[in-house]
Amino acid sequence: MLFGYAGRVLYVDLTTGKTYVEPLNEDYAKKYIGGIGLGIRMWLDNSKPGVDPFSPENPLIIANGPISGTMWPTGGNGHAFVSKSPQSYGVGESKAHGSFGTELKRAGYDAVVLKGKSERPAYLWIDDDSVQILDASHLMGKSPSETEDAIREELGDYYIRVAAIGVAGEKLARMACIINDKTRACGRTGLGAVMGSKNLKAVAVRGTNDVTVAKLDEFMEYIKEFHERMKGPATQKYRTLGTVENVLVHNSLSCMPTRNYNNSRFEGAEKVSGEALNDKFVAKIIGCSSCAMRCEHMCVVAEGPYKNTMTRMEYETLWALGPYCGVDRLDAIIKGMELSNYYGIDAISAGVTIGFAMDCYERGILTQEELDGIDAKFGNSEAMVQLVEKIGKREGVGDLLADGAKYAADKIGKDSYKLAATIKGVETTGYDLRCLKTAALGFAVSFRGADHNRHGAYAFDVKGKVNRLVAEKGRGKLVKDMEDTYNLIDSFIVCKFSRGTYYKELPDMAKLYTLVTGFEMTPEQLKQAGERIQNAARLFNIREGLTRKDDTLPWKVMHDPIPDEGPSKGAFVSQAELDLLLDDYYEARGWTKEGIPPVEKLKELGMEDLISIVENKE
Amino acid sequence: MVKVHERKFVSADPDKCVGCQVCEYVCSVTKNKAFNPLKSSIRVVRINQLINLSVTCRLCENPPCVRACPRDALTQSEETGVIMVDKDKCNGCGWCIEACDYGAIMLHPEKKIVFVCDLCKEKGEPQCVKWCPEEALDFVTSDVLAQKARITAVKKLFQEAIKETQKTP
Repeated sequence: MLFGYAGRVLYVDLTTGKTYVEPLNEDYAKKYIGGIGLGIRMWLDNSKPGVDPFSPENPLIIANGPISGTMWPTGGNGHAFVSKSPQSYGVGESKAHGSFGTELKRAGYDAVVLKGKSERPAYLWIDDDSVQILDASHLMGKSPSETEDAIREELGDYYIRVAAIGVAGEKLARMACIINDKTRACGRTGLGAVMGSKNLKAVAVRGTNDVTVAKLDEFMEYIKEFHERMKGPATQKYRTLGTVENVLVHNSLSCMPTRNYNNSRFEGAEKVSGEALNDKFVAKIIGCSSCAMRCEHMCVVAEGPYKNTMTRMEYETLWALGPYCGVDRLDAIIKGMELSNYYGIDAISAGVTIGFAMDCYERGILTQEELDGIDAKFGNSEAMVQLVEKIGKREGVGDLLADGAKYAADKIGKDSYKLAATIKGVETTGYDLRCLKTAALGFAVSFRGADHNRHGAYAFDVKGKVNRLVAEKGRGKLVKDMEDTYNLIDSFIVCKFSRGTYYKELPDMAKLYTLVTGFEMTPEQLKQAGERIQNAARLFNIREGLTRKDDTLPWKVMHDPIPDEGPSKGAFVSQAELDLLLDDYYEARGWTKEGIPPVEKLKELGMEDLISIVENKE
Repeated sequence: MVKVHERKFVSADPDKCVGCQVCEYVCSVTKNKAFNPLKSSIRVVRINQLINLSVTCRLCENPPCVRACPRDALTQSEETGVIMVDKDKCNGCGWCIEACDYGAIMLHPEKKIVFVCDLCKEKGEPQCVKWCPEEALDFVTSDVLAQKARITAVKKLFQEAIKETQKTP
């Protein structure tokens, strides 16, 4: 008997309607832990090289972790979606918390592999051992939240958990996300569109089985200890102002991309600060299943044109819909966020793409007519809200923008690619990479495209542990170590907001793994697992055709020095600096100059089964 | 004999409860050594993101569940007010579940008999109260709940005056 793990994987072929269950590969479980690690490894087994992201042959995998379903604080509740991304054509992965992953574990599954394409709109109903593909025609056009309510109503159980796509996913918008528990999104890399391409509107789960751990008494003691840690300074930021605290911090360091990277600081920052948000709009801070922290800042707009808007806010989405579009009205930003959830789009990608469109408009690349009559000047909050709506519905100019900045630039031409702040086709996040050079490396090599959550390397820059304006040797190792840890966080799955409570990091995580699963795990083995997951992701990308050339940065980051007076003035990342950083990073990883893991490396990590991907490439 | 109004039960504060389900997990672990909210006698209700509340047995006076049981399987402890289920008599018919206005009686998914909060008598105190990270759960009597409500109301009425008194050393 397994502990922590359910020990089973569900396979669903949406084309034929056939479903079957296989035992979890225990070797994979130990080597790749769960979550994104397990998902990435299983994706490689279940797909053919070069598969189109929207092909029925592209599997969409849901994976929870060994901790899911327990009351481990922040860890009981996570799940990951993994597939080939329609934005990057490489690794697509995104996690969400809430209550979906925990329910899936109790239904008895560590992972679900969804293949094929349903003939008609369908949703999957996993009721413990009973798995059915049900008609979803009546759910089409509904928001994820409405879909959740409708499914609960028709299946007659108000505790059923649902992950669903909105209209954007149905219409294959490459920035579409998958939302569970109404406001929790697997937001990045466009997996909502992959789900949509399978004609799959939602996955509904009810799990009634026990989840047990190997060493219950010690586990409960450990939980008690972490409950105490979570009341301490390591999580204070998330429990009080929340991530929106970053607005003023980043602005003071002049590292907050503003108006599509035309500036690095925002004169309206005070108006959209975390302080202002909490003062005027945060109605309650709620928590996920099993969490002892609580971070979810629920905002309500009480008056004005956006009265009665209610949604969760975080820094990245606030930044994207706010400063990045030059918008200084919090009520409009909150509305933009609510609409993003309503239509099921990643609000980061939406904001960055709208910033891109506004830049095109101000430079005369897009006309007001092409923008459906919208006066898309930077700072026009109404225009921002209208464009979110258009993208969400994929209407008018929204059709052009719904695939994100890169794909819009491809269609627009006229050198507009220079204005698209994307890496590997994925929109960047709220860190001005021109003056955060450790972060710049992390973003460039991130296997899921532009992202802060694959490495957290910005911390070295923002906290002043390194000279953030300088690219130098040694940053590669810093990024590598952070990546390995982040891979573990996303594979266990625990919440990144809780990372500070693992005072000893690897030893603490190894102890957790052992108490839950009963498999002895040393910190060294765990470290290696983190490295292994990174290599598996790299192999995924190599197999799908990505190379060193894709480990790059947005055009503006490399050509447009920061104009603003202040500590970051004049900063940008040159090709020479990027090359130096990449060389240093590949070396730290033990990869070739082209960024390919050599056979020896794969052997060292026990990945002999994947050697064929790099053969003839070294 | 303990008077009815001195009976303590588990009550959640709607201002503090965030719907995290820790109470559900700790209840199921205490009673079943496994994590399974279906085996918890306290359940979270989330109406929307802003409205969360844990609900469990309130040890009613003259409890309708006891009256509803056609097999006399349910009795109320005179001492603590806890509803006791006679495992041999209960056949899981569910009349008590229907009778309870709070949804505080559950049908065990495997044993197919009902169970209800027993205040963790073997542990000396309700474990959900002990573990709640938000301190949203109280083990209290109705009287104390009323007292607290009155104090909160009066504090709100006299906010300014309270600030004044706090200034004086």
